[in-house]
Amino acid sequence: MKMKANQLTATRQGNLVLDSVSYSFEADRFYGMIGPNGAGKTTLLHLLSGTDRPDRGEVLLDDRPIAEVPRKTLARRLAVLQQGGLPPVGFTVREVVAMGRYPHQNWLGGEESDPASIIDEALDTMGLRHLQKRRLHQLSGGERQRAALAKLMAQQPDILLLDEPTTYLDIGYQVSLLDTVRAWQREKGLLVIAVLHDLNLAALYCDELLALHNGKIAAAGTPEDVLQPSVIEEMYGTQTTAIRHPITGAPQLMLQPKA
Amino acid sequence: MLLLAVSIIGCLSIGSAGLSFGDVWGILLHQLPGMPDAEANWSSGEIAVVTQVRLSRVILDVLVGASLALAGAGFQGVLRNPLADPYTLGVASGSSVGAALIIFMGWQMVLGIWTVPLVAFSTGIVTLMAVIWLSRSKGVMQIETVILSGVIIQSFLGAFVSLLVSMSEGVVNQILFWIMGSLALRSWEHVYMVLPFLCVAFPILLFHGQALNLFTLGERHAANLGVRVERTKLAVLIVSTLLTAAAVSVSGVIGFVGLVVPHVIRLLVGPDYRLIIPLSAMGGGVFMLWADTLARTALGAKELPLGVVTALVGAPIFAYLLHRRMKVEGGGRE
Repeated sequence: MKMKANQLTATRQGNLVLDSVSYSFEADRFYGMIGPNGAGKTTLLHLLSGTDRPDRGEVLLDDRPIAEVPRKTLARRLAVLQQGGLPPVGFTVREVVAMGRYPHQNWLGGEESDPASIIDEALDTMGLRHLQKRRLHQLSGGERQRAALAKLMAQQPDILLLDEPTTYLDIGYQVSLLDTVRAWQREKGLLVIAVLHDLNLAALYCDELLALHNGKIAAAGTPEDVLQPSVIEEMYGTQTTAIRHPITGAPQLMLQPKA
Repeated sequence: MLLLAVSIIGCLSIGSAGLSFGDVWGILLHQLPGMPDAEANWSSGEIAVVTQVRLSRVILDVLVGASLALAGAGFQGVLRNPLADPYTLGVASGSSVGAALIIFMGWQMVLGIWTVPLVAFSTGIVTLMAVIWLSRSKGVMQIETVILSGVIIQSFLGAFVSLLVSMSEGVVNQILFWIMGSLALRSWEHVYMVLPFLCVAFPILLFHGQALNLFTLGERHAANLGVRVERTKLAVLIVSTLLTAAAVSVSGVIGFVGLVVPHVIRLLVGPDYRLIIPLSAMGGGVFMLWADTLARTALGAKELPLGVVTALVGAPIFAYLLHRRMKVEGGGRE
């Protein structure tokens, strides 16, 4: 199982957002997408998810153009955690997680086998069992994000696209959410592509980083390759100092104020 | 379901002809095959009141109420807007223009009793096509644009109706009465005009119930879960509009039912469209039945405009339910 972006070009309101971006994504790997605001990260994720179409180029899923894959078939393979997470709706946590089963249902809304155990497992993994009867608008932001991830688990995809999954979460939730995603990714051999704003978190969790700048890939490779102060200054216009994480050995960037 | 059955039985028995509960049901039961002829016990006039006038009207009440409430649920689901109702897309204004024009010109009988319904239906559909044409670009309908296009068309056509009303002298009341909605003097033909739409639309909407649930999370969420968003939007909008146009063409513009019944159902059973859709149909039927029974009996022989009754009765009920829920949930948002 693999995914390939092939010369993707996209314009939004007349502006070139992605400029002929090509990249190959392999199974059983955790990719991090970084880059400054407006670099085209979310646009690229929308194209990879198949909900938006590029102006030129194509996305290939196992060598098949994603535009040709029926929506439900695609949703059985690929799940997306959107920026901003789930809206505060009146459905209960359990009902929302059960919505993840939609692509597996026939036209009458039934499934071959009872999905209850799959939903239970997703709730347990995310520690939401005791909240399953609560309505989404009664939850905190962090709990709602866990519900969103539980919904993706119920979807049982082999590709996971995450758009800023940790934004607005406190550090406790950030770490536990990414821990969960990585454990899940390792267990099932998922292909994960996550847009992350926190470069140090990206370095801790990702196998490979993809740095987008002005609609192009500015750098790609292991965190060590990409998180070079020179590359970072080029992209963000900010000076940093690179050090090693004392325990994991991952590269970490220290910010330094100009004044 | 039980409430619907009880309501039908009850409202059938209420009326100005002075027949008793027993009379009404005696006559109806005698219509069943194998029963002795009803004329032995009742006059042919009494039989006609029950089988021709009252039964058809009661059934039409239920059908129109169900259609409007279903359409309302469909529009609210797709447009994800709590203020959406069957008239949001301007269908009712389109139908009103057609009907007002026919009444203004005095052409009501050109095609028999079908004239006003047929013209109102057609102009309603033309209006929908105009709205969809206005709001589509590159095969995608933005919800905000759909609503705005509906508002624009609605106010334009509304002005046109007002123009006709102000220009006409003798028929002002007739036009206004049509616009305010009424189910007086309707017959079985009108029932047959609405029934097929309801029979087709109900299963289609029910089938889209789960997709509408996913819509509440947002269109992109729905797409990522495998919903064909544009197709679903178009299907639900068209089906709901056909229902509305069919209902409006026989009854005129009856407000409030399509807006409030789905909300009341939502307050009672929660946000799941797989429940909201069938229960709205039933609730709309029951609500309309009682509203119309009130409209035809409250002032004795004089009929009240049905649209006035639905709003007068419906608004306080809705306000009470809303208030009660806010107290229970401490003001949580929908």
